[in-house]
Amino acid sequence: MITLGKDEIAKYPFLADAGQYLKDKGFTLQQFGTDPDLKLSVEKALDRVQVSADGKIYKSDLIDGEASKDYVLEREVFSFLLAIVLLKLTGMNTLIKRFSLAEARRAEKYLEKDLANITDESKKELAIRIIDDLFSIQIKKLDDYFIIPISNYLTHSINFHEREWKLINRHVENGYVFLTPHETVRLIRKELGNYINSKIINAKTPSMIPGFEDQVAKLVNLSKKFVTHSVTTGEYPPCIKHAIDVLEKGENLPHSGRFMLATFLLSRNQSVEQIAPLFKNAPDYNEKVTLYQLNHLKGTSGSGTQYSCPSCEKLKTQNLCFAIPECNNIFNPLQFGKKERK
Amino acid sequence: MKEKEIKFLEESFKKYYFDHFDLIHVPERTSEREFGYQKFNSGMTRHISLKDDKELHLLLMQNIPSDVYCSNAYYSFPNLSMKEKDWKEADLIFDIDSKDLHLGCRKNHCVTKCNECNQVTHLSDFCQNCKSSKLETKSLPCNNCIDASKNEVKKLKNILMEDLGVEENNIHVYFSGNEGFHVYVYNSQFQEIGSRERSELVDYIMFKGAIPETFGMKKMKPNRSSFPNFEDKGWKGRFSKEVFGSKSKRSKIISELITNGYSNFQKNLETLSFKIGTQIDPNVTMDIHRIFRLPGSLNSKSGLAKVFCKDLKTFDPYTESSFLNENSIEITAHCPIEFKLRKKKFGPYNGERITVPTYAAAYMICKNLATID
Ligand code: SF4
Ligand SMILES: [Zn+2]
Ligand SMILES: [Zn+2]
Repeated sequence: MITLGKDEIAKYPFLADAGQYLKDKGFTLQQFGTDPDLKLSVEKALDRVQVSADGKIYKSDLIDGEASKDYVLEREVFSFLLAIVLLKLTGMNTLIKRFSLAEARRAEKYLEKDLANITDESKKELAIRIIDDLFSIQIKKLDDYFIIPISNYLTHSINFHEREWKLINRHVENGYVFLTPHETVRLIRKELGNYINSKIINAKTPSMIPGFEDQVAKLVNLSKKFVTHSVTTGEYPPCIKHAIDVLEKGENLPHSGRFMLATFLLSRNQSVEQIAPLFKNAPDYNEKVTLYQLNHLKGTSGSGTQYSCPSCEKLKTQNLCFAIPECNNIFNPLQFGKKERK
Repeated sequence: MKEKEIKFLEESFKKYYFDHFDLIHVPERTSEREFGYQKFNSGMTRHISLKDDKELHLLLMQNIPSDVYCSNAYYSFPNLSMKEKDWKEADLIFDIDSKDLHLGCRKNHCVTKCNECNQVTHLSDFCQNCKSSKLETKSLPCNNCIDASKNEVKKLKNILMEDLGVEENNIHVYFSGNEGFHVYVYNSQFQEIGSRERSELVDYIMFKGAIPETFGMKKMKPNRSSFPNFEDKGWKGRFSKEVFGSKSKRSKIISELITNGYSNFQKNLETLSFKIGTQIDPNVTMDIHRIFRLPGSLNSKSGLAKVFCKDLKTFDPYTESSFLNENSIEITAHCPIEFKLRKKKFGPYNGERITVPTYAAAYMICKNLATID
């Protein structure tokens, strides 16, 4: 593992060994539940989780990734580690997912800054090493760009919907894709989120710590907002599975994707009430609007015409298609699994 | 195809396989490949694993297949079912077929055969004889088709080497045995990528999904200096050459592009995809579980062999891939189009009984344009 300096742990707290860190500082979890000074860190941790549940990024006390005082640094790391403890005690996966994503975005900012750092070579080296260690992506610096092997790039970029991430819209040369520091870290956002997520999932769940009850109760309450009732039945085509996946992770699905998903499920005779909860995790969810839109698509309001699911060809141009061999010879996702292969 | 024709083709194919073992080899890492074959008028047998050339030759002699296939993928257990095979990696493969190139010459050498009354005529939408619309189209590709396909191979190789960083000696080109070429890429960084990643490579190679911003155009206030230059690598350079034509015209054309606006620019990009994109069959490249025609084997659509092209420029499929024997045979030919094999002209034939060498008879019988009575 990489050895980190004090301010680096504050920037990338997920790289630290939580138990070891507390031990090194001479604290136990129990002390955080009782000591009034330390309890502030628990409040901070709660805030950190709540902010992430809102889809926002927690504002850190670090300025430009540096802190003026050692205790500020420490508090940063504590609040992260304690947030994990709270999440484990709450036991809600949706909150963990949101927290991981938000923390990934926060770290992303620092990674980007470190990659772009031209005065301090060691900062850049560290960022490159983190990316290599965690995600086995070998980045090299070439003039103003970072270059990564095309095959490496593709395994990440295929998860993006925006057309600018398509290989055709990239500077490609001699087996490499050229990226700015910003694009480099954007490319691994999801993996960074997954990494943090799996670290939390794999962490041991402690038994309830006296003094943490309030915060945990608040989070349990908060998590009720996000419970979804999945509507997965039958074998769906990859485009539909992917759309459901994106929504369940609380990520943004473009309008065209929502249209595809809704029309597909409506054609499969799912009711508006069954479908609506799928969109609950979307960052811009509004129940009334969603129900209205679904009814519109179904033709029960307004125009009265039922909209049909777009063709595979159309979906391809919208980058919503993730065809697999079973998709050969079909023209519409609705035919998936119904036609024989030739 | 009826008994007699099948028997004739099986005998000719068998003789080829017996006489030309030297041309048919198992690929490297044989035991990790899946093999499959088809017999005349019957279905596909897959999930076969072979150890070496000897086992392959035995399979050929025992089954006399019409077509033989081998996976581009490598598996731990190639003979198990798809789910249990344990996919490891796959060579990158490309299929370039002249019938996908929308060539003007095609209508001159395509014939339609009526499924109701067997009438063969030049290309049309319904049968001239019985007015049925149940027609089969058969093409006898011409030199123009072959040259156009070769040109696509050239474009593909250029992108593979310049953009994708593939070394030339890892690119192998084969004539497919019918209307086009198969291109294999070995030992590249792309061995282990999946179907979705390959689909992105396909779009790149075909020049599909490009957005105006990539080539300097913006919705608001496009900046002249962000348009591509002639010296640019990759698609920007190819775009410049195609769109600007010459350096002296660059500035004038950029002004035109800006005046025409964003959505016209987008449309231009779509048309460009047919001009500068390489026309490959996307499904072949995306499929990582495919079994692909085995080099050296015969193609039952023509009776020609799939052969390695040492020198693409001079390669002539109609002499270099025709290996069936010269024994004469009498057939009834309905082949209204002239064709050339081994530098000899045949046809046109309009239902007459003729005596021709086996290789020419097989060519017509494979295309369902001749019978043995
Ligand atoms: S081919 Fe059609 S069904 Fe398959 S993933 Fe693409 S859009 Fe969906
Ligand atoms: Zn007819
Ligand atoms: Zn032609």
